[in-house]
Amino acid sequence: MSTTSDKPGVVHDAPRYGDRIFAGAATGAGVLILLVLAGVAGFLLWQALPALTASPADVRGGEGLAHYIFPLAFGTILTALIALVIATPLSVGIALFITHYAPRRIAIALGYVVDLLAAVPSIIYGLWGVYVVAPASVPVATWLSTWLGFLPFFGPDPSASGRTTLVVGVVLAIMILPVMTAVNREVFLQTPRLHEEASLALGATRWEMIRQAVLPFGRSGVISGAMLGLGRALGETMAVAIILSVAAGVHWDIIGTANSGTIAADIALQFPESSGLDVNTLVASGLVLFFITLLVNMAARWVIARRSDFSGAN
Amino acid sequence: MPDTDLDAPDQPSLTTVHEPTTSTSSPLGGMPLLRPTLPRLAPPLMLLAAFAVAVVLGLTVSSLNPVALLAETAVLYGAAIYTTSAVVEGRRNAVDRLVTVVVTTFFLLALLPLVSVLLEVVRDGYKRFDVTFFTYSMRGVVGEGGGAYAAIMGTLIITALTTVVSVPIGILTAVYLVEYSKGSRLGKVLTFFVDVMTGIPSIVAGLFAVALFVLFLGPGARAGVIGAVALSVLMIPVVVRSTEEMLRLVPNELREASYALGVSRWRTITKVVLRTSVAGIVTGVTLAVARIIGETAPLLVTVGTTTSSNTNPFSGRMATLPVFSYYEYAQPGIPRGPYLDRAWAAALTLIIIVMALNLIARLVSRFFAPKTGR
Repeated sequence: MSTTSDKPGVVHDAPRYGDRIFAGAATGAGVLILLVLAGVAGFLLWQALPALTASPADVRGGEGLAHYIFPLAFGTILTALIALVIATPLSVGIALFITHYAPRRIAIALGYVVDLLAAVPSIIYGLWGVYVVAPASVPVATWLSTWLGFLPFFGPDPSASGRTTLVVGVVLAIMILPVMTAVNREVFLQTPRLHEEASLALGATRWEMIRQAVLPFGRSGVISGAMLGLGRALGETMAVAIILSVAAGVHWDIIGTANSGTIAADIALQFPESSGLDVNTLVASGLVLFFITLLVNMAARWVIARRSDFSGAN
Repeated sequence: MPDTDLDAPDQPSLTTVHEPTTSTSSPLGGMPLLRPTLPRLAPPLMLLAAFAVAVVLGLTVSSLNPVALLAETAVLYGAAIYTTSAVVEGRRNAVDRLVTVVVTTFFLLALLPLVSVLLEVVRDGYKRFDVTFFTYSMRGVVGEGGGAYAAIMGTLIITALTTVVSVPIGILTAVYLVEYSKGSRLGKVLTFFVDVMTGIPSIVAGLFAVALFVLFLGPGARAGVIGAVALSVLMIPVVVRSTEEMLRLVPNELREASYALGVSRWRTITKVVLRTSVAGIVTGVTLAVARIIGETAPLLVTVGTTTSSNTNPFSGRMATLPVFSYYEYAQPGIPRGPYLDRAWAAALTLIIIVMALNLIARLVSRFFAPKTGR
């Protein structure tokens, strides 16, 4: 397909081997990427197979694979959702600030500054979370426990170290903020100028213009950005592994001492000391994580792709 | 984008055009043509007052930390500006001013963690940021002393290996997508899955590399090259996306001019298209390197760590900077002090490398970008 230029009737002085080789290499690289993605699923499945077929008593925890993975999947989704709840309004606000409020001249520089948040390695977020955020969260957790203790999320005994699901959620929110802000920024900038100007010309204030023109236009972009952020939060490893103090089982209390672990952090914590069937078990949990994030990411990309087909912005 | 009309702060200025006509008494039956607005100096003064009250509050009632200060200032100022504006200018303008406060606060709130992270890393990292740290490995070190020489070498070797694998594949794929695919099915599928691939969790990439090398080295193997494969899975899609974006910016006229001179397709691509976009590609690759150089999780499961220096990525465990930092934190000896200091010093080194790479990338794109427009 790459040599479509060699149609019958086109006269060549000599066969252009350079062209063929280069086109072949380019196509090959593309195919290789698809093979790698298929390989990720395939090799994980291959290495997870022994754990899938093992008798429940042999799997770590002694009660079967599902019993081992379910609390971790619960913790993964709970922390990611907390992060999403915090980061979504923030990222919309920041993107609006950069696109519609900040002085035009420094707006691009402000965008870079937000992007720098994504450049900080996750191990550093982990150390920062343990030594800065966790201690600072203790009074907040105490307050939540005292006044909102009737909710299942806020148990009666807040953790004294602050290494809780809530703190992990906050740190994850900071980590996914740049991705979400970048997507929101892009769609807000694509709002047709005529819509904005029409709204302003009818006497709308800036906020009314944003509500009438920018937000409706950007809604699907915001949704897909949130899903991309969700995908990142689900897969985040080191920050969670360092901050969270984990206890086995499902825990709804997000400020207590016992917290459900996450799949990614559990792999990072257990893998270096594991061998044999334990490795297969961890790979199986990694496979679950892979499929969860794959679904979330595909949904997000599908929303984006569908949007660019219909928005008329491109 | 010329956008000055949006940034014009007050709409009422438009109505001043009609001012001359107001000399005749109330043309609209008593309805004023000029809407009353807050004096120009009122908002900044109110902001100052809100800040002062927040400081006093911080000193007396709550604690004086930046988050509380920012939140209290924002709430006080928001309440003040909303009520005064609602009284003077009407509810719609009051809401508008309130949203401005909220949006600005959100932005400042996002800056706090960045500043806090940098401060914390510098404050705890500088203690061991010395010559010993960069020239010694951890072999035989218990307690104080020792350094990250082996880890730095390991990070450089594995990152170089990853870059060597990822950059050609990434650039060639981008070339395929922009120059060859032309709406073909493979092109569409590839674009979609490259995007999806950017979202693969890093730990899953690590597990993939582990599973792949069970084929070659058997279970339980650790080597730098396994880590490089894992990191490549993370780096390739980033390189593809940024390169693709840059190639699409190359004007079609350049390609057509080259073809018109009888230049073959692959020479046009290498000598014209890639040459034109080289600054953008270098920027993209630098940012991709900055992204993967701090990855910890995939290296933790593929490369492991070791105390002595190992410069052969094809055999045995290697120390790397992020994993070094993690183990110094997670498995310290007694007393903990020297281990934590080394963990923070490694974090500081890492963040300096990442920030430097980001800076280089921005500078390259600024100074070597092709001139557009004549």
